[in-house]
Amino acid sequence: MSARRIFARPARLAAIAPYLWLLLFFLVPFGFVLKISLSQTAIAQPPYTPLFDLGGGWTEIRSAFAALSLDNFKLLVSDDLYVLSYVRSLYVAVASTFMLLLIGYPIAYGMARLPRRWQAVAMVLVIVPFWTSFLIRIYAWINILQHDGLLNQILLALRLVPSPVVWLSTDSAMYLGIVYSYLPFMILPLYATLARMEPAIEEAAADLGAAPWQVFWLVTFPLSLPGVAAGALLCFIPIIGEFVIPDLLAGSNALMIGQTLWLEFFTNKDWPVASATAIVLLIVLLVPLLLYERLQRRQLEEAR
Amino acid sequence: MARRRVSSFNIASLALGLAFLYLPIVILVIYSFNASRLVTVWGGWSLRWYAELFNDDAMIEAAWMSLRVAGASATIATVLGTLAAVALSRGERFRGRTLFSGMLYAPLVMPEVITGLSLLLLFVALNAERGFWTVTIAHTTLTMCFVAVVVQSRLASLDRSLEEAAMDLGCDPARAFLAVTLPLIAPAIAAGWMLAFTISLDDLVIASFTTGPGSATLPIRIYSEVRLGVKPEINAISTLIVGFIAVIIVVASLASKLSSAQGENAAPL
Repeated sequence: MSARRIFARPARLAAIAPYLWLLLFFLVPFGFVLKISLSQTAIAQPPYTPLFDLGGGWTEIRSAFAALSLDNFKLLVSDDLYVLSYVRSLYVAVASTFMLLLIGYPIAYGMARLPRRWQAVAMVLVIVPFWTSFLIRIYAWINILQHDGLLNQILLALRLVPSPVVWLSTDSAMYLGIVYSYLPFMILPLYATLARMEPAIEEAAADLGAAPWQVFWLVTFPLSLPGVAAGALLCFIPIIGEFVIPDLLAGSNALMIGQTLWLEFFTNKDWPVASATAIVLLIVLLVPLLLYERLQRRQLEEAR
Repeated sequence: MARRRVSSFNIASLALGLAFLYLPIVILVIYSFNASRLVTVWGGWSLRWYAELFNDDAMIEAAWMSLRVAGASATIATVLGTLAAVALSRGERFRGRTLFSGMLYAPLVMPEVITGLSLLLLFVALNAERGFWTVTIAHTTLTMCFVAVVVQSRLASLDRSLEEAAMDLGCDPARAFLAVTLPLIAPAIAAGWMLAFTISLDDLVIASFTTGPGSATLPIRIYSEVRLGVKPEINAISTLIVGFIAVIIVVASLASKLSSAQGENAAPL
């Protein structure tokens, strides 16, 4: 038996502790979300009617099953508030992922073209904001965008606008905040793919007579598609459920689904509806999540 | 290998991108030293808001809570995340591997509102008292995958013949791991801990769901202030946090430099 296989057995045992942790604190909680999404709202603490009481025996369980209701889900489909916030979330996520790609690609491309030593520096510079507090970076923009903030002061001083422009509580501010916050998530996977690309391939295309834009569109861009997919998914999935950025930067007349869930939970104290909202959000995210999982696994396997 | 040319377009897009990423933070830091109460009027340099910050008991208490949660959750997450990385990169095939790696990496992109809500419902069902430990457990679940990613990519780039040589020379697997593998991946483990620490320190949404009354973390406290508008004290506390994280990043990048000096393709991040 090879040393590698002997090593593998205790290595497998290492999975036990994290496995149990994830089952208990990641998988099982979804069961509770599902359970509560099917139960009735009650004015109580906790605010839902409990469903299962295994101590009550078979009849108890049967009546509990009979009490399961899809009312919360029916509400989600029939009430415009919920439907509109799902649609808005999808729209915002698609639009901002597209903007991120448009802005992130030239930056990642520029990084990949730098001399090796400078690439490492540029990479650290892109990663640092990723480590810096999310909330603080959004707050920094509130500072700049507010009514008498720096942006309006500059615009007024340059006489570009006659009076202060309203920036805060608009969709533009929200998109700005999303692009700003998620840019490193887009740049890093793009850069990883572009930096691995063999320069000889691009040179060959150029030698064979392709114009620079042809080299880019026919060679570089198609080869970077795995990075594009990784970056897009890494941004798209969390943006759909985003709460902080729309809450602080966008106006309150249209909500994203993360805000609706938050509102149902914290303000209306309607836990069953909040749970049903989360279940539907999970279903919406299932396809992109599975795609992301496959991509992630393939990349780790290639790195091996 | 022929050198690629760097065009001025490349440089310009890179420079603009970095300016976009850094300018707002720089402006925030500068304004935190503004003597004027009006955030928008420059009243000269001053440390006034930092002094006021140290008299704000609620803020200090929240900061202390956040630091304790971040320290505890990062430590548990580092142990579990490293074990998970070892199992995935050295364990070959095992039953439930797909479910395991799926669960491990899902929190990386899972919207925080879902993770937060589901954990809260678990804690309520278990009748757990909400506060320090519930937030710590939630943050451990969130940050474990980040540690696993960092350690796993280090393990993937590690030359496995080193472990095999140790075993050929008579080490049992545990000894080979402790004497050979662990020292080599130690910088990645340290970087993973620091990443987990900063993510925990930063989290607002999951902490809001899983904490109880009277135990607000720093982001929860800052968020409730920010909703009321811009305040110079918030500029000051933000600057302190940014400075604190900058120190952590410097240490972490030194650690990963150490790690890449030992192996060719040390992973970024």
